[in-house]
Amino acid sequence: MKSDRERVVITGVGLTAPNGNSLSEFRSNLLNGVSGVVPYSVRYFGETIAGLCNFEATRYQKRKELRVGTRAGSISIYCVNEAIADAGLQLDEDYARNRVGVFIGITEHGNVETENEIYELSKYDYQTKYWSHYHNPRTVANNPAGEVTLNLSLTGPHFTLGAACAAGNLGIVTGVQQVLLGEVDVAFAGGVSESPQTFGIFAAFASQTALASHEDSAKASRPFDMARNGIVVSEGGAIVVLERLDKAKARGAKIYGEIAGWCYNSDASDMVLPNPERQAECMKEAIQRAEMTPRDIDLINTHATGTPMGDVRECQAIAAVFDQACDHTFVNNTKSFIGHCMGAAGALELVGNLPSFDDGIVHPTINVDELDPRCELPGLVLNQPREAGKINAILNNSFGMMGINCVLIVKRFDA
Amino acid sequence: MTREEIFDALIEIVTEINPDEDWSTLTPDESLRGKLESMDFLDVVMEIRKRYGIEVPEADYGKLGTMNSCVDYLFPKLSER
Repeated sequence: MKSDRERVVITGVGLTAPNGNSLSEFRSNLLNGVSGVVPYSVRYFGETIAGLCNFEATRYQKRKELRVGTRAGSISIYCVNEAIADAGLQLDEDYARNRVGVFIGITEHGNVETENEIYELSKYDYQTKYWSHYHNPRTVANNPAGEVTLNLSLTGPHFTLGAACAAGNLGIVTGVQQVLLGEVDVAFAGGVSESPQTFGIFAAFASQTALASHEDSAKASRPFDMARNGIVVSEGGAIVVLERLDKAKARGAKIYGEIAGWCYNSDASDMVLPNPERQAECMKEAIQRAEMTPRDIDLINTHATGTPMGDVRECQAIAAVFDQACDHTFVNNTKSFIGHCMGAAGALELVGNLPSFDDGIVHPTINVDELDPRCELPGLVLNQPREAGKINAILNNSFGMMGINCVLIVKRFDA
Repeated sequence: MTREEIFDALIEIVTEINPDEDWSTLTPDESLRGKLESMDFLDVVMEIRKRYGIEVPEADYGKLGTMNSCVDYLFPKLSER
């Protein structure tokens, strides 16, 4: 039996998603089938679709900070400030600022800034004396987390986790580890993405024949559906406040859930094609570390992005771990509403499901008009929310390019 | 450009660089350092380069301490434009 000092809980959530700028708004839209995917035009590439956020950046940043900083930094700052407010945390009073850590998962960072700066430079015939002196601080890999420490005068550690589209989960896992190691007393952890702000990711997915298209943008992200044709590129962010249980109890914090277990591993088989065997191993190991069996998992939030092959392979992995006896294990997908928020995906998709502990409802996977038989998992919740009764444990899958997998399990906390 | 036009152009530049400051209260001999950080000051130098093609060598940065000193520095270079 672990002591309260060895247990880490989620006590605050801050987010911005293409369909919501707070957990309540996001959750409401997930339960009401509201997509955040819209038509979008991006330089060089042209007309496409994307998931874009409309949070109020000036709520926490001055206009000059917005001018010199990055979109990823701005998303991070918004999410951290919202998470602090949600947690009812009083910095200095509850935690000294040098005991606060910021750990943010990113799929990539610097592409957006560099492309925009090269575009500006093109107006000056590519003479490098016109290159921005902000290029380096904008493009260092720790920029999004560093901007948070500058915004909030936090003097504990900060860094980002480069883990492709498994980064959101890995950001949270790293925050948990840092708290358990005693490196920090509280962690602001999760993931962010600014990917839609430049053409590269759209053009690359298009070249890979993996970019989603649909005449109705809201129907473009359709994991598990026979007509799925790729990924919707989205931006977003989700940050959670992670504290030791004893400290959370001492300050009377609201507790969303307890971190139960996790695992991260590598496919070591292909740059882009996922490996269901390694994914299954990752899920099994996470369940074992959580001291659970597959039957203890009530909800699996899938990573599935809407690519023909990726969705099938994840379903194969899930089927290998969760047998027919897991008849009360529900399966859903959040990308069908918001597209693929890249570095934010794992964290955003996890927090969107945390309210299930309270309301007992599983949000659905939308846009499934004809289920691909290869994706037919027993507990798949299609198109309409499902009253699931008591949810005790959520398993959240996040997988990324270069074959990185991260599985995170959060369990109900009953005071 | 007249001295007044240069002054107005500089106000436009610093307002873009730091839009959170109230530049209307800036007096001509007040130090700009109170409203501009070091990276902002490099922005001023960059904007002068972009708008007027004028290179301000690092040795001359000290001559851009106030609005009046900026105008004094730029007037000989811009008066014929």
